[in-house]
Amino acid sequence: MRFAVIQFGGSNCDRDTVYVLRDVCGVDTDLVWYKEGLKRPYDAVILPGGFSYGDYLRAGAIAARTPIMADVVRHDREGGLVLGICNGAQIGSESGLVPGTFTLNAYPKFVSRPVYLRVENTASPFTSLYRQGEVVRMPIAHKEGRYVAPPDVIERLFRENRVAFRFCDEHGRVTPESNPNGSMEGITGVLNSAGNVLLMMPHPERASEKVLGSESGRQIFNSMIAHIECRGSGNKISNGAES
Amino acid sequence: MYMLAVQGQKRVGGVRGHAYVARHPTFADMLSARDLATLRNTLKRDLTDVEIACFENLWSEHCSYRSTRSLLKTLPTEGPNVLLGPGDDAAIVRFSDTCAIAIGMESHNHPSYVDPYDGAATGVGGIVRDILSMGARPIALMDPLYFGTLDQEKNRYLFEHVVSGIADYGNCIGVPVVRGELVFDRSFAGNPLVNVICIGVVRPDRYITARVKRPGSRLVLVGSSTGRDGLGGASFASRDLAEDAEAADRPSVQIGDPYTEKLLIEAVLAMVETGKVLSCRDLGAAGLAGASSEMASTFGAVIRADRVHLRETGMTPREIMLAESQERMLLEVAPEDVPLMGAIAERYDLRWSEIGEVIAEPRYIVTFHGETVADLPIDLLVGGAPLCTWEERPYAAETPFVRPAPPLRDLALRVLAHPDVARKDWVVEQYDKDVQLRTVSHVHDAAVLRLEGAALVLSCGCNPRHIYLKPYEGTANAVIENASNLACMGAEPLCIVDCLNFASPVHPEVAWQLERSVMGLGDTARRMGIPIVGGNVSLYNESDEFETQIKPTPSLGMAGRSDEVRRWTPPGDGEVLALIGTTRPDFGGSVLDAVTGCGGPAPEIADIGVVSAVRDLVRAGAVTAATDLSRGGLLAALAKLAPRSTVELAGDPLEELFSETYGRFLVAGRDASALAGIEHRVIGRVGGTDLLIRWDGGSLTLTPEELESALSTMTRLMRY
Repeated sequence: MRFAVIQFGGSNCDRDTVYVLRDVCGVDTDLVWYKEGLKRPYDAVILPGGFSYGDYLRAGAIAARTPIMADVVRHDREGGLVLGICNGAQIGSESGLVPGTFTLNAYPKFVSRPVYLRVENTASPFTSLYRQGEVVRMPIAHKEGRYVAPPDVIERLFRENRVAFRFCDEHGRVTPESNPNGSMEGITGVLNSAGNVLLMMPHPERASEKVLGSESGRQIFNSMIAHIECRGSGNKISNGAES
Repeated sequence: MYMLAVQGQKRVGGVRGHAYVARHPTFADMLSARDLATLRNTLKRDLTDVEIACFENLWSEHCSYRSTRSLLKTLPTEGPNVLLGPGDDAAIVRFSDTCAIAIGMESHNHPSYVDPYDGAATGVGGIVRDILSMGARPIALMDPLYFGTLDQEKNRYLFEHVVSGIADYGNCIGVPVVRGELVFDRSFAGNPLVNVICIGVVRPDRYITARVKRPGSRLVLVGSSTGRDGLGGASFASRDLAEDAEAADRPSVQIGDPYTEKLLIEAVLAMVETGKVLSCRDLGAAGLAGASSEMASTFGAVIRADRVHLRETGMTPREIMLAESQERMLLEVAPEDVPLMGAIAERYDLRWSEIGEVIAEPRYIVTFHGETVADLPIDLLVGGAPLCTWEERPYAAETPFVRPAPPLRDLALRVLAHPDVARKDWVVEQYDKDVQLRTVSHVHDAAVLRLEGAALVLSCGCNPRHIYLKPYEGTANAVIENASNLACMGAEPLCIVDCLNFASPVHPEVAWQLERSVMGLGDTARRMGIPIVGGNVSLYNESDEFETQIKPTPSLGMAGRSDEVRRWTPPGDGEVLALIGTTRPDFGGSVLDAVTGCGGPAPEIADIGVVSAVRDLVRAGAVTAATDLSRGGLLAALAKLAPRSTVELAGDPLEELFSETYGRFLVAGRDASALAGIEHRVIGRVGGTDLLIRWDGGSLTLTPEELESALSTMTRLMRY
């Protein structure tokens, strides 16, 4: 089993994510500089957080147009797992991996704080180790993280069980006060239709060790590992229509 | 017309007889006729325009640093863990056998007034490159900030955009801002102070310095292309400014590009990793001329200005040598290693050029398309500028205490609502505190970063209101207060960096302030055994527009170490609250004084013994939570540590609640027996629904809603 973490110019959570995968979760992980492309098959590709290309133009817009993203899209079409975290989620949405977009926060400043998330879907390869409705705590750190999509898309996401996480209070209630960036319906984790792509604004790699205050993010990586072990490394799931 | 000359000067050079070389040009705008005559006599010829520009920049600031030089030499800079003290881009201090920290501090005061967003951002960029130039990976930032009061729109504007500038730059480059300080005082109106501390990590045997090592080696410039940025920035800081100077000067403020800085961090660390980098320096004020001449001062150098990669056409050698384009680094490597460095730069999408070489002859030579445009003895350039001293005059600013008339409840709510005391969420949330996965705790007294299985504990700041009233004692207490912050997390101080922000020492009272303050700093650091490993001097912090001189602000950054990694946690219900230390009626310069004008004496120097006593208690696990009493006194400490508790005061409630005597701690624990042998008083117990404070003949109840309303003042004010 092997993971790849893509390092774009301006990525800054790449090393953190590699560390958590290798040293905390114990999975072989390559840090891949964007110019190198994906030279071998991977079981999972992670688009890490940061400010790729300085967020110039639009967060994620330039990284989405680098050649390596064609490799990532191919990996997705072959059923490989893709996890986009924060700037990685912005890059993923700019690349059309899931519908909707992550845009400027309702209060238009950077926001870095721990938040509560409610797990909405435990059937995906990323969330199978959570309990349905479980409330987990992870940090967010972004300025352009407000998830927006047309009403019919939001409705379809809920109908197809493609909302992975929503902002909530510590009791699991989704309220305007517990929504730190104004995301529609508090949505902050979105799956593609085949379930092999998850884009999320919170940082699971920052919630993977007790000493840093929360371990609940590690379950995302562990779910991915369990999913890959279960289906067998290298055997890609065949997926349906693109989202 | 008036003189507004504000700028940081890095104190480079140490007590061992090195020249202090201020990196940031500051005071004394153009070369004086006398200096020019001296130079003509020495060189026995006229100077070229490039040479004049070099002297303007490298000599200009010396007038003020020379005034502080003898003072700065009194500071203790050595210690068993100090691997490299003052004298380079940053200091290196041993953290463990396998890890050292690089630490530096700078101000970016005047640029942050003219253009708060870009001024603050480029301040972060500069100090980060100082750490990077040591071959260290930057891992944390702290930012002590000082503004005018928030009732003025201009000050709110400066505050908002300075914070945004720091946040956008620090967040983008992935270096967490883990700690800060905020002081709001009328004296900073029109002249905010933006100080930044950066800490990096490097192997103790692998750091590199900013002095060239070997004649024949090449100088490689990496990073942003050079344009006409910040030209005139050197004298800009000290120019006589007209009323509309703010607008007129804006083109002189450099614009930061954090994306390029992030690439530069990765590229330079990759270059250092090869082991082929002999020395390294970042380009700051005075651009390539400043960096290359100081870097080459151990030997000499030839710079080929025409080889510098440019982004504008038609630039003269003078412009190329002095432009202050950001995000550039200069490295010394052997000739055969130049292609390797170029390949690494290109991998990270950075431009580079080989722009010169180190020569054995002690000359600083600049050529442009084969023509020599400067040829100077390097000692003359980076050494001997004229001396000057300032007249000193003591003053007494303390006023007799006048008991404030309003009821205690009103005073309590006003003190808690003062922005120095109120919560800083609005600021702190804009900073990414968690990137790099080291930040264990950042609330209250000090930040805790895990590092190599141990804790790196960080604190910063000082209290300008106290220091104004008692410059010596106030600065001494700033050392003690930062050490107290570390003690609350069980850490022992490793080192101090400082930024000496003062008004113009042309005023004899300010010159006196400066001397007393530096003496208080050095004496206390010596008594506590904490080396002062680096610093920066920023003088002339005054504003004509607001008719203000800043209060003396010798802002400190302190790093410490603890074997155990602790996270700050609130005490539990039923735990005992105790007050350690002696309370005196020290109201002068307190927050109570700020909100009522009550006056009174400022605190005397605290007992340093209590600091280590508290550290030992924390280390032994004898207390569950500790916070030192500072601004807002016991009341502020209670509101933060035990907002639901019952407390019994012993004497005058005004003194008990609002005095800001140093050397005091509020601690919580399961019982008070562990405090035996330490001067303390059990004052209450955690629990209940409100903060209930009782004293002989009265009581005060503050409900959670009232506390929340007072403590969220800043958020409500700024989040319009």
